[in-house]
Amino acid sequence: MTSAETGIKGCPSRLAPPDAPNTSDPAPFVRKVGPQSRLTLSVRGAKCGACLSRIEGAVTALPGVASARLNLSNGRLDVAWTGDLTAQRISAAVNDLGYGTAPLDTGSGDQAHKKEEQSLLLAMGVAGFATANIMLLSVSVWGGAGEMGEATRQGLHAVSGLIALPTLLFSGQPFFRSAWNVLKRRRTNMDVPISLALILAFSVSVAETIRGGEHAYFDAACMLLFFLLIGRFLDARVRRQAYSAARGLAALSSRTVTRLACDGTSQSLRAQDIRRGDRILLAPGERAVVDMKIESGESEVDESLVTGESLPRFSAPGMSLMAGAINLSQPLIGRATAASADSLLADIARMLEAGEQKRSTYRRIADKAVSLYVPVVHSVALLTFLGWLLAGRDMREAILIAVSTLIITCPCALALAAPVVQVVAAGRLFRGGVYLKSGDALERIAACDHVIFDKTGTLTLGTPRLISEQLSPADLAVAAQLARASRHPLSRALTAAAGPGPVATGVKEFPGLGLEGNVDGVTCRLGSAVWTGAGPVAHSGASLFLARGSDTPAEIRFEDDIQPEAAQAIAQLRRLGLGVEIVSGDRPGAVAAVAAKLGIETWMASASPHDKVRRLTELEASGKRVLMIGDGLNDAGALALAHASAAPGGALDVSQSAADAVYAAGLAPLPLLVHTARRARAAMLQNFAFAAAYNFVAVPVAIIGYATPLVAAIAMSGSSLIVCLNAIRLNLNSEKPA
Amino acid sequence: MSGLVFLIPIALLMGLTGLAAFIWAVRSGQFDDPDGAAHRILISPDAPLGEP
Repeated sequence: MTSAETGIKGCPSRLAPPDAPNTSDPAPFVRKVGPQSRLTLSVRGAKCGACLSRIEGAVTALPGVASARLNLSNGRLDVAWTGDLTAQRISAAVNDLGYGTAPLDTGSGDQAHKKEEQSLLLAMGVAGFATANIMLLSVSVWGGAGEMGEATRQGLHAVSGLIALPTLLFSGQPFFRSAWNVLKRRRTNMDVPISLALILAFSVSVAETIRGGEHAYFDAACMLLFFLLIGRFLDARVRRQAYSAARGLAALSSRTVTRLACDGTSQSLRAQDIRRGDRILLAPGERAVVDMKIESGESEVDESLVTGESLPRFSAPGMSLMAGAINLSQPLIGRATAASADSLLADIARMLEAGEQKRSTYRRIADKAVSLYVPVVHSVALLTFLGWLLAGRDMREAILIAVSTLIITCPCALALAAPVVQVVAAGRLFRGGVYLKSGDALERIAACDHVIFDKTGTLTLGTPRLISEQLSPADLAVAAQLARASRHPLSRALTAAAGPGPVATGVKEFPGLGLEGNVDGVTCRLGSAVWTGAGPVAHSGASLFLARGSDTPAEIRFEDDIQPEAAQAIAQLRRLGLGVEIVSGDRPGAVAAVAAKLGIETWMASASPHDKVRRLTELEASGKRVLMIGDGLNDAGALALAHASAAPGGALDVSQSAADAVYAAGLAPLPLLVHTARRARAAMLQNFAFAAAYNFVAVPVAIIGYATPLVAAIAMSGSSLIVCLNAIRLNLNSEKPA
Repeated sequence: MSGLVFLIPIALLMGLTGLAAFIWAVRSGQFDDPDGAAHRILISPDAPLGEP
């Protein structure tokens, strides 16, 4: 009994649309470990507990499967099995439930990220343990001031020191290592003052303990470490999520290809193993992964993801096919005109890389704050030391005060300011239907003042809909009988409008022309104007003609519907002060119609992927910060290069991985995204302002020598708490964009 | 004050036990799939979903 029998496709909670099955064979990705075979699949569309149990249940039910475990956080399904079960059947079992799959090469990059996050979590746990226990001892020292005997105090300090030493050695490593690395290159970063403060605080405290002094800063050192590690861990977590989302691109290019040998036998290969000149079989429903020239077979090809063209194109021998196109009706055999590394897909991957590089040069607000902060703190601490020395205090006292200055100015609030806001804002956006992929995307989205929309699949639904006013019910019934036999998008729209019913007998599909079949003893044709004998068409929209016997053909018109909330969302974006324009790869007529309906004055049609990038560069050169919204392969380059970008949930995985944010169906989440990003940036700036103000108060107190360990502990935890509470304010205030 | 001699070690020992449990949890992958773990608890192994 599998849940496939319940007939639900995709996520039963409707959190994701059903996905197209993967028609390529994942066999080349199977790993052999002893007698066991293992395969890792990237599953798309699994969002809830029901998905989890359906997928695991269906795969475990296959013969020989030892274990199947789906990780809901990153969508990876690990399967281990023995015996002669094929990888294809595992993939098919998941596809049958309505989820998309792609085999994954389990690379080392993912492991490295996971390890980093784990070691930060461990370091944070150890520092937390040490902070709590040392605080327990410190509170008794502070509480017993004046009454506690000197020997007891010294004993408690010594125990604190014994806890602090291993903690510092273990949990302090990320900071020490990074500080050492930049110092070797004669540069400096945030970790240098942190490491210095930690080491000095510890050494001074050891000296004070041995001398039997009143103040030891073991608690301050551990608390500092703990707060800083919280910030680091949150940061690493956000970054790893972004990384595993970016693996979507790798999964797409790891689809397999069916190669035909000279003797006609077929073999399934990884896309990267295809060489120029190989003969390739492209089955209906399959996506081309390399550019190819068709040698035999005629078919309709959906290139909407490559060019943005909303209607399928007829393909015949001699024509070329670009990577990313989907074959719709008949099998095609072609010859690869480029190796996978030279194909359009690789070209777009290179555009993505260029975008990534540009983005890595973006300086985050936090980085700017740090570059101001480091020199100031160091000089203040040094001046304090020299000042007290000149004022006639002895060396020990001068060092103690300088160290307390260094500790109290240490950037707890600064380290938490950005990551906490990012995590809270990402959580809020997630509930609003937006999945944020990188933390610093918020800052970039907040800075945008112009939006470029793609048309097909972004502003419109991307699927044609029948306009049934001028069509008689009888004609519709006949047309639907023919259409049910075809998977052409216009046929599907007809079937969707007519509902279930009989299929005409002897339906033949003529690629590029239409369908012919027998309805109630009359030969009927459904297809292009010329083929059905209707003559030229006056308008630019999509249409089909139905010819029943020798009657005059009836026209059936279709329209690509605009997303229901598009007009409202665009009005909201305008009110937020953003300029709006459309750049699409579709025909000028179709783009103009959508632009007119939504009241968008600026639009550009028939744009190639390079045109989109060019328009973007133009706008950025004129000083605009562009937010790019698109779903297709043709948008991926622009998505990666734009100041910030977002892709709808139904977009191709390449586009999703190129974008900063992925949003659920409809355009309604977009104003929320911009609005929340702006509020998050405001909260971040407030946090930095607070951290600066805190230093203005704390530093003078420390300089005049009043920063005892108790004051340091209160100041540090107090400022961190305020920064966190300010970030949580994003959640409490549920105001929506106007 | 002599009570401190054994009270402090006991307090530290209890803290260390918690720390050891945390380290075990991280090492054994308890935090690998927080989303999935939240849902797994609701999955009953006996009745397939969709049936009462």
